[in-house]
Amino acid sequence: MSELPGDLLFTSEHEWLRREDDGNVTIGITDHAQAALGDLVYVELPEVGQDVESGGDMAVVESVKAASDVYAPIDGTVTAVNEELADDPEKINADPYGEGWILRIQPADGVDEGALMSPVDYQALLDEEEA
Amino acid sequence: MPFIPHTEDDTRDMLETIGAPDLDTLFDEIPANLIIDTLQGVPEGLNEMQITRLMRERAAKDGAPLCFIGAGAYEHHIPQAVWDIATRGEYYSAYTPYQAEASQGTLQTIYEYQTMITELTSLDVSNASLYDGASALAEAALMAVRANRKNKSGRILLAPGVNPTYEKVAVAIAGSQNISFDRLPMDNTTGNAPASLDDNQSPVAVVVQQPSFFGTFEDVDRLTDWAHERGALVIAIANPTALALLKAPGHWGSEGADIAIGEGQPLGVPLSSGGPYFGYMTCKQKQVRQMPGRIVGRTTDLDGEPGFTLTLQAREQHIRRSKATSNICTNQGLMVTAATIYMALLGFDGLRKVALRSQQTTANLVAGLTGIKGVDRLFDGPHFHEVGLRLDRPVGPVLEALAKQGILGGYDLSADYPELGNALLVCATETKTSADIDAYVAACIEVLQ
Repeated sequence: MSELPGDLLFTSEHEWLRREDDGNVTIGITDHAQAALGDLVYVELPEVGQDVESGGDMAVVESVKAASDVYAPIDGTVTAVNEELADDPEKINADPYGEGWILRIQPADGVDEGALMSPVDYQALLDEEEA
Repeated sequence: MPFIPHTEDDTRDMLETIGAPDLDTLFDEIPANLIIDTLQGVPEGLNEMQITRLMRERAAKDGAPLCFIGAGAYEHHIPQAVWDIATRGEYYSAYTPYQAEASQGTLQTIYEYQTMITELTSLDVSNASLYDGASALAEAALMAVRANRKNKSGRILLAPGVNPTYEKVAVAIAGSQNISFDRLPMDNTTGNAPASLDDNQSPVAVVVQQPSFFGTFEDVDRLTDWAHERGALVIAIANPTALALLKAPGHWGSEGADIAIGEGQPLGVPLSSGGPYFGYMTCKQKQVRQMPGRIVGRTTDLDGEPGFTLTLQAREQHIRRSKATSNICTNQGLMVTAATIYMALLGFDGLRKVALRSQQTTANLVAGLTGIKGVDRLFDGPHFHEVGLRLDRPVGPVLEALAKQGILGGYDLSADYPELGNALLVCATETKTSADIDAYVAACIEVLQ
């Protein structure tokens, strides 16, 4: 298992968030999640401009053996989606924290760090799940 | 032999593992008021001897009438070989498999079926079939709403010639899921959609049936372009026999229909009092992930040999659970097997001959019937193997009198379309001889006198 990037926040649903300089939040699924799903074959993305609610589903990642919802970790509005995933969903497998980003959200009320996990906390969750 | 493979020990072990005292506990989450203890109106079971006798008696009531009813199910000649082959042990199963690679022969048969249906409709992808044409419309409506997410209206417009039974079934299945079905108006001289449409509409999908329920031909190019101009998807309903003669849905208008569905029964499945039949569904590649049902794909195995496999299964309910595109899974595999053999035996030319002969036979029937005083064509224009007639008196008693002479004289349109008056829909396929038509015309003259 590779080291978790230090600038990210995580959710118990195995998603990551990165706060960008312009106030947007970039979201993807973690290395652990892509490994558990296997080779991704399709990503269903929301429309730009769509409002999302924390806990609601906003995208779907599908592998040859499973399909999994990507949940919104915060309230906000979708400002960008990674169109390249339409032709290249395996970018998520190859580079989950970089080119495999899924979408960006403009948060409605900022990001509540207390509701999210630091890299250390998330690593502890992974260790616990493996144990 | 019991069909439940678990022994009592197995069941007890499994319950112990999950910490449940008994099987009923597993259903505790179902609210008590939703559980039915006894089914009203369902009789006790019958043994094999009793049920055989009951069904024989009921079958005998059908007799062997001369059938001129179409209205969605059509009597075609089925070559003897179709069901001889379909009922071989290797094929004889109702199921579409869900194990991805098992039963290569069955998978290949379904793959061949999908290939034939995509060729008939000129669309990219076919599924392994649905229950019937009517439920296929409901599935297509749900699929169109998923595929056309920008349109939030949930409003689906039906051309006037969409089979009214399909509409009822679609409303029953999809009507409670924020989807509404409305009809485009009918041009009373042609039975089709009017020349000018209300442009002030933005439905999520438009449904066009070709040939229409009345056997007439819609201007499918114009309707398809009209729908696409307003951001709607186009769902085509097409009789597969007619597709041997008509422009395929994939070529309608400038972009083609997005989804095509229909009743597969005319392809080698007997009328048998209404079922089992099967529905077909094809779509553009772009919509494939919203498609319900199984899809078989061709692939190569580890040794580089060609093989067949179920593909895109992550859409399906055994994987996606409540978020599956549909709860359609296994369905009418045996009917599809028969249809595949039927199409393979006839070939495209054979299917075209069936379509042409049926059209001609119906034209002969209509010429005979409209020669009778008090019988006229309901609509102008060309027709396929079905024609609407207007009688000078209520249709019901006429049909009853014909039935007494062993003739099923057609489908009474007055319940579904009271605005059409005393309207009768007749159909004559290639199975009807000129003697059959003479017999119907003679009986009709007698009844109407």
